[in-house]
Amino acid sequence: MIPIQYYLWLSAVLFSIGVLGVLYRRNAIIILMCIELMLNAVNLVMVAFSNFLNDPSGQVFVFFIMAVAAAEVAVGLAILIMTYRNTKTTDINILNRLKW
Amino acid sequence: MNALLVVCGLGFVSLVAEIANLKKRLHVAIIIGLIVAVGLVVADWNSEFSYYNNMLVFDQFSLTFTALIIAVAIFWFCISSPYFVGQPHQTDRSALVVFTMVGGIMMVSFHNMAMLFLGIEILSISLYVLAGSNKDSFISNEAAFKYFIMGSFATGFLLMGIALVYGATGSFDIGKITNHIAANASAMPDFFYVGLFLMLVGMTFKISAVPFHFWAPDVYSGSPTVITAFMSTVVKIAAVVAFYKIFAQCFEPVQTSIVNAVQVIVVLTVLVANITAVYQNNVKRMLAYSSIAHVGYILLAFVSNGDNSEGTLFYYLLSYSTASLAAFGILSVLEGSGGSTSLEVFHGLFHRNPVASICMAIALLSLAGIPPFAGFFAKYMILGMALDAGYLNLTILAIITSLIGVYYYFRPIVVMFIGNPTTDRAPLSMAQKFVVGFLALVTLVAGIFPDALINLLG
Repeated sequence: MIPIQYYLWLSAVLFSIGVLGVLYRRNAIIILMCIELMLNAVNLVMVAFSNFLNDPSGQVFVFFIMAVAAAEVAVGLAILIMTYRNTKTTDINILNRLKW
Repeated sequence: MNALLVVCGLGFVSLVAEIANLKKRLHVAIIIGLIVAVGLVVADWNSEFSYYNNMLVFDQFSLTFTALIIAVAIFWFCISSPYFVGQPHQTDRSALVVFTMVGGIMMVSFHNMAMLFLGIEILSISLYVLAGSNKDSFISNEAAFKYFIMGSFATGFLLMGIALVYGATGSFDIGKITNHIAANASAMPDFFYVGLFLMLVGMTFKISAVPFHFWAPDVYSGSPTVITAFMSTVVKIAAVVAFYKIFAQCFEPVQTSIVNAVQVIVVLTVLVANITAVYQNNVKRMLAYSSIAHVGYILLAFVSNGDNSEGTLFYYLLSYSTASLAAFGILSVLEGSGGSTSLEVFHGLFHRNPVASICMAIALLSLAGIPPFAGFFAKYMILGMALDAGYLNLTILAIITSLIGVYYYFRPIVVMFIGNPTTDRAPLSMAQKFVVGFLALVTLVAGIFPDALINLLG
């Protein structure tokens, strides 16, 4: 049996990659993928703890997260397409009209 | 719960109305349906019901805030009829707004982390779409996109926090988590505190407190003005109450470690938001910073956490949201088709439309915290609680920053009364005049009788 710490460290690494990706990448689609990576890191923690604690509710929560993440991506891509129609780019540096 | 079902039902009715060709009656039907929902909440008053294995619990606390959310939304619907009636996608827009309220009601009545997560997501995903509902406008697109990225980023942090807290306590149920922490307060693993911190970061994003506020001014000023009004009232109530419910009720046994972090947030929020607001020429953006500043004062109530903190929280949110709704409502009318929300639209408003200008003045004075309006007593009670709890420095800081606030709230008031009228008179419809006048009246009356409202949650 693999100890729980291994899973926690793996998901911590995945989560950090997701956070750094959101902060440093400038392409909107890659940012969306990084947010998905963060949510999947959470799913891994949930499943690992669920197995560790012998409690199925963590696995049920994962289904909630997957369903909501799908809805979120659907809305996010729709917003991205709407923005693309007006700007013809997926680079988020163009989004700078609103400041101060 | 009945109210939640009615509100859900209204959302489906809105969606079906597109097919059934009932668009003309839809707006009135939603307002009537929401009044029924408030009636159902009042019918359950002073009772406690739990549903779905304790996932949702409607006690006095949740019922009061559910009533507040629905009541504010009724007035919002009355003011914002130009956004719906006769517009393309009218049914989709009203369905999305109603589903946002479903999320908000779940956020004030959750008793399980799963319901908290679902409530936040139902609320946020609908709002991402609403923020971008002005599809051809570039700034509306930008607002929707920024809101989407920042909102889902914050959700990621919140979920990681929930997962780690689950690992440490073995449950998603609020009551079980509290009991587990109280029983093993000294033996909690380190990752529990990491989870607590991540949840705090996620929720701070959602209530838009400094240092995680930077999305709020952009999103508030880019969205259509009526949607901004909705975000800064209904959505803010739901987010603040969810914050309070998690950190003051669920994590009560470890509250000292949270309070230290929240104190820093309070100091940063009241300072940064009030000082930045002074430099705004766009009234919409100024009101956005003002709403961030008010979150700071509300968090001060959380920090001091006296006997009456729930009642004070309710009173503050009531006074803040009535005043804010009146101000944004008048702003959305003045903005008209031109889309300008700079200070110029207020020039000489008193000569063009006395009712609107007097109501706007009352709303801004209440937000600034000038007696005898409700905003003053709300602030007074929070500062009193902070003094009782021994936070002298924070109280002095809050008073100084409110004085800064008086300066920027007075700028629109001054130009309204002494400026020269530049454009034609601002037309408020009869319903809008009535609602705005009524909100101003509530601000005044709530200032005269604060005790009755606070004792609702005594």
